[in-house]
Amino acid sequence: MQSSTATASFESPPIDTVGVEERVARLCSRSIKKDAKLHALHLTLSMIDLTTLEGADSEGKVRQLCAKALQLHAALPDLPHVAAVCVYPALVGVARRALEGSGINVASVATSFPAGQAPIEIKLLEVRKAVEAGADEVDMVISRGRFLAGDFAYTADEIASVKEACGEAHLKVILETGELGTLDAVRRASDLAMRSGADFIKTSTGKIKPAATMPVVLVMLEAIRDHYLRTGEKIGMKPAGGISTAKDAIRHLVMVRETLGQDWLDPDLYRFGASSLANDVLRQIVKQGSGIYQSFDDFSL
Amino acid sequence: MSERRPAAAADRLPVLKTHKVYVGGKFPRSESGRFDRALAPDGTPIANICRCSRKDVRDAVTAARAAQAGWAARTAYNRGQILYRIAEMLEGRSGQFEALLAAGGTAPDEAAAEVQAATDRLLHYAGWTDKFQQVFSSVNPVATSHFNFSILEPMGVVGVLAPESPLLGLVSSIAPAIAGGNTTVVLVTGSQPLPATTLGEVLNSSDVPGGVVNILTGRRDEMLAPLAAHRDVDGLLLCSPDPDVTRSAEIEAVHNLKRVAVRGHEDWTDIQSPYEITDLQEVKTTWHPIGS
Repeated sequence: MQSSTATASFESPPIDTVGVEERVARLCSRSIKKDAKLHALHLTLSMIDLTTLEGADSEGKVRQLCAKALQLHAALPDLPHVAAVCVYPALVGVARRALEGSGINVASVATSFPAGQAPIEIKLLEVRKAVEAGADEVDMVISRGRFLAGDFAYTADEIASVKEACGEAHLKVILETGELGTLDAVRRASDLAMRSGADFIKTSTGKIKPAATMPVVLVMLEAIRDHYLRTGEKIGMKPAGGISTAKDAIRHLVMVRETLGQDWLDPDLYRFGASSLANDVLRQIVKQGSGIYQSFDDFSL
Repeated sequence: MSERRPAAAADRLPVLKTHKVYVGGKFPRSESGRFDRALAPDGTPIANICRCSRKDVRDAVTAARAAQAGWAARTAYNRGQILYRIAEMLEGRSGQFEALLAAGGTAPDEAAAEVQAATDRLLHYAGWTDKFQQVFSSVNPVATSHFNFSILEPMGVVGVLAPESPLLGLVSSIAPAIAGGNTTVVLVTGSQPLPATTLGEVLNSSDVPGGVVNILTGRRDEMLAPLAAHRDVDGLLLCSPDPDVTRSAEIEAVHNLKRVAVRGHEDWTDIQSPYEITDLQEVKTTWHPIGS
């Protein structure tokens, strides 16, 4: 592990906000149709972290979500399965048992999600408990308060110790970009997370708006690209929150392809954190086959 | 200095209004970017209208679906107030509608009568919103120890193929649908679309929530089949005297077993009745156990 002073003392390049917005606008104008669209829709499904993060989550709700993950739509047996099911630590065991042997990972948020306002010892304990219960992936939140106050060393240390507590589990670092304010801060937080041991960087908790906006995601993708060019290390990306339509998802895939290349069009390196995206993608897939516009009523919750 | 004078009428190019469609409380153009000309009976162009595509139909259904639960949850009394408000706004713009009808070839006195009839029709259905439930719901006699009753509920999203009658027929088809708590996607495909697009402006200024009425202009053969087949549309109201048109739409409607009502009238003068509302309702019957 790098020492905190070395980790925190680097320069992130300044972000040209207008340039980012123009680039995003141009990428959003791509038209993806027919076979390419169908391919993109299938790829999107395979990248989804099917998520439920509500106070009202129960064992039954998680089992039902896992059943959905195992079979997205009975009428289309050839669909890929989603990448992971993402739940709170207390429900990791339930998800683990429901998904055993399916190839679908169990992801757990941890570190006092979503605010992250807890002592570091408690956060680390939460991470260890989640991993013990069977989480393959841990989604942590950074302490935005400390980060915004300029305490980058604290943030770097925090990420590094969570990474250590994860052991074999993959670590996704949630920056909560909606609270960071500027694209420059997003870039700096991305660089910091990648240098401190993140396997994935993730935009948002889904509890704060705005969440995964296109400019934010583009800045993070560029940070991943620069990190790759510098170190040869491939860090994954997970936009989460606010991506609810197939059209949005395809725009994201275009942006990934154009920024990071074909390698990142893979569930190992790109994920969508979403609760309602899967059904819209299913709707579009059925529509591509039948030519008939579909109703949400036709798909399971 | 020469005195400023308005240019002579002959020098001036007329500004043709593009009558935009009404979807989700907004006035977008067709996503296709296509347009048609609305023509006077002698063939002179009088306005541009949007030529909507199946994707506009899709977007309109999304807007109607989003608005449906909220509209149905309004009290029946409030829906009546809003229908009355549409009538008020229509009355205030009667001159404009008379001119539009006249431009489409209706004789001036007939145009005035049609606008008045359309306004009165709105009042008719405004009055029915909080009454048809009492008239048509029932407590049913059953031989078991159940309290058994039937009530009417809106179908949900109703697709309307608007009749050729440009204002009275249009209002007579939309009003009963929304009076009962449905939201609508209205396809205006007749030879006189301008009263319909202008009615969108009236609706938008009369407390009707966005998405309750969505008005698309264009060609029937491009829009009707996708609307009739759309699985998120719950009912169809087909106002056409042509059995081939209604039959083909009914065939498309089987995908999700939409209920279909067909209106073949050419003359809409006398077509007002609470049955126009109940034809776009579903009956829910409840068996409630009582006794021991």
